[in-house]
Amino acid sequence: MMAGAGVTAESACASCLRRSWLIARLSPNIEVSCDDRPGRRTPELLRLGDSELVEAVAPRQVDVILSENAELAEGWMRGVLADTGCWACCEHDERFPDGLGDGADAPRTLIGRGDGFPLAEITVNSAVTLVGSRRATGYGLEVARSLGREIAATGLTVVSGMALGIDGAAHRGALEGGRTVAVLACGPDRAYPVSHSRLYRQILERGLVISEVPPGTKPRRWGFPARNRIMAALSQMTVVVEAAHRSGSLITAEMAGDAGREVGAVPGQVTIGPAAGTNELIASGAALVRDARDVIDRVIGIGALPPAVSGPEIDQGLDSILDAVERGCDTVDAVADLLARDATEVAIGLARLEVLGYLDCSITGTYTRTAQPGCRRS
Amino acid sequence: MLAETTAFTIDGISARPVRVEVDVQRGLPNFQIVGLPDTAVREARERVRAALVNCGFEFPLKRITANLAPADLRKVGPGLDLALAAALLGAAGEIPADRLDGWAFAGELALDGTLRPVRGALAMAEAARAYGNTGIVVPPANGGEAALAHGVDVRTIAGAAELRQLSEGVFPGERPVPVDLSRGSSLPDMRDLRGQDHFRRALEISAAGGHGLLVIGPPGAGKSLGARRVASILPPLGADEALEVARIASVSGGGLSAISGVRPFRAPHHTVTPAGLVGGGTPPRPGEITLAHRGVLFLDEICEFRRSSLEALREPMETGEVNIVRAGGRQTLPCAFTLVAAANPCPCGRGEEDPACDCNPAAVRRYRAVLSGALADRIDINLAVRQPGAEAMSGPPGEASAEIRGRVIAARFTMEERYGSARTNATATAAEVAGFETDADAARLLSQAHSTGRMSGRAHDRTLRVARTIADLEDAARIGEDHMAAALQMRRREA
Repeated sequence: MMAGAGVTAESACASCLRRSWLIARLSPNIEVSCDDRPGRRTPELLRLGDSELVEAVAPRQVDVILSENAELAEGWMRGVLADTGCWACCEHDERFPDGLGDGADAPRTLIGRGDGFPLAEITVNSAVTLVGSRRATGYGLEVARSLGREIAATGLTVVSGMALGIDGAAHRGALEGGRTVAVLACGPDRAYPVSHSRLYRQILERGLVISEVPPGTKPRRWGFPARNRIMAALSQMTVVVEAAHRSGSLITAEMAGDAGREVGAVPGQVTIGPAAGTNELIASGAALVRDARDVIDRVIGIGALPPAVSGPEIDQGLDSILDAVERGCDTVDAVADLLARDATEVAIGLARLEVLGYLDCSITGTYTRTAQPGCRRS
Repeated sequence: MLAETTAFTIDGISARPVRVEVDVQRGLPNFQIVGLPDTAVREARERVRAALVNCGFEFPLKRITANLAPADLRKVGPGLDLALAAALLGAAGEIPADRLDGWAFAGELALDGTLRPVRGALAMAEAARAYGNTGIVVPPANGGEAALAHGVDVRTIAGAAELRQLSEGVFPGERPVPVDLSRGSSLPDMRDLRGQDHFRRALEISAAGGHGLLVIGPPGAGKSLGARRVASILPPLGADEALEVARIASVSGGGLSAISGVRPFRAPHHTVTPAGLVGGGTPPRPGEITLAHRGVLFLDEICEFRRSSLEALREPMETGEVNIVRAGGRQTLPCAFTLVAAANPCPCGRGEEDPACDCNPAAVRRYRAVLSGALADRIDINLAVRQPGAEAMSGPPGEASAEIRGRVIAARFTMEERYGSARTNATATAAEVAGFETDADAARLLSQAHSTGRMSGRAHDRTLRVARTIADLEDAARIGEDHMAAALQMRRREA
């Protein structure tokens, strides 16, 4: 018997497991049914009971599908879970995350993998969801990583979706600092996207991977908004780190708002597209998130985090270079042109600032400011 | 009657001796060439026949057999025409056959008997000496390069007609003047790269230390403009190196203009095949990396190159030579070059920071896979460039190549004193790197970066090599903190 996260393949009752397998069986039908607007339609469908759901997405096969589902042997389902190293937990088990209990459209069963910490410890009050676009800027990635690290370091659980971009950065940061949960749109035994295979393995080892569909289920478009509603429900606050106009992360924020959770957003430059969605969220009332403190003040309480430490001391020359990078100069020559200083001198300064942790240099050689707080000079 | 002489066939970048024997017997008029000739050699029959008749010789209406020994070596190209003609004249009694003793002939015949140039005349002249010939006769157009070979009598003749002088008791031809390998050539100047002082500096460091360089930036940022000018600041070739490079240039054709003392700069298009890049074919011929030997191989748009082409570069770059084995034979070709590469930040070229970039993240990942692949381990210097501002563009021209080259030459001199001839900091072994004298501050900075900056052990050594070059350019005996910081700044970051 496989065990993990304090639960086993036995921690879900047979009828709840059948519901998971029913959703997997209907996955192609739900896909067709949600074709035009998966964001709204998916939660509506998943709220339905078994027979209504089949009626809605596969009206011509209702009897066949329902009887097939009813005949699924309990032992077989548990066998599949055990063979893939997964565990399951349903709403009838006391260890089921409390966040999923209060929404009508929440899944009844979670199927998961990994043994980083007990599933029962994912409580609304101790979880924060970090989401954002897959096409992220260096700034967005840096903020996501740093938020993930610092929020996890205070003992909270960082929930995200393991997608490319912001999600991946948030998980990586959280792995450096503490606990993280990845919510997948496919079965929990699949690393999707494939390029995050390594991250997936790290999360299995030190965190949890959960999903509402059984092992082997392929990711489909409808699965992403469905996954988003789980992420929104699990935690007390959902923070959108970076999202363009009409990004999928905004759906997560909306779902969180609908479920009565807090919504926060990290502001970005108003002139660029990648931050249009988050800026709009702030304009419409979301909490403004600058750093982990802004999140923790709301989730745990004001003053829970000690005041920010000042970065290492730097002299006037380095400070002006740092300032130039903050103004958007991302190459040596751009900084040198702005400051009218010698390029070699600027290059040396940038190298020092990078070593001191103020700057990050990408694989393409461009500089971005890290989330490390600035140095307070007297 | 029988006559024989020597010719050469090109195999890779060296010349192999071919004994040319011609026998003329009574019988039905016929002209046969045996001894594994390729089509160009087989067709020599027609060229030789027409050329000799048009030069006023009598073509024997007899049974003529030409044999090319050794019979198992494949003879390629039209360079055997002249040797066949000379041996045939000897066998037919038109010239005294014993006068051909000790001489080798190279040249393609035109139908009027004049000589056309051949590939690899320098390698042939060197081989003539190595195999104990007195001298070699080459076409006038190949005279300059062939004369670079010492210790062998190089003669040029304009056409087959001059062979008649042999029967008058004089050996024909003129002694050509060797090509001047120390002459420069007019290359595009670094002065054209305005602003972008950091890019200029990176090119200088790359040229001085032989460090692989990768420049990333949007189109129009001057990546290619700058990279193409690196040729103008490379140090001159040493005498041995120059001969080595001239030999390769001579074999690969391109005429006399390709043979100069200037370091080669090769820029193959990104559609190049693995065989075109590292060499190949049957029999094997040198590829771009061998043509770039002792110079620079510039790969523009490196992310667009085929994965297989770039993978093929790995081992040759490590060892400085490439082993090509084909059914037609086996070749070890030299390829010690400096890699300079340019890339766009993403497939559309704008870069993710630009709101107008609509590249799919997965596509960007795939596109950039090259930047973190195995080839990236050969890249010591990485930098990002942007289009310079209007001020820099209209500002004064940059420092001229001649001045930069002066500093590069001085730094190379220091390196040769350190390691021996033709070696640079980029080739320093791990033991040599460990022996670099480093200030305490500099070492501290490096270990700080090592612990915080996700640096591998290889990156650590690469940074030290670049720091050594920066110090050499300033004629500093020890690596100081600023040298180390500048080298750290230029290092390639991991993904």
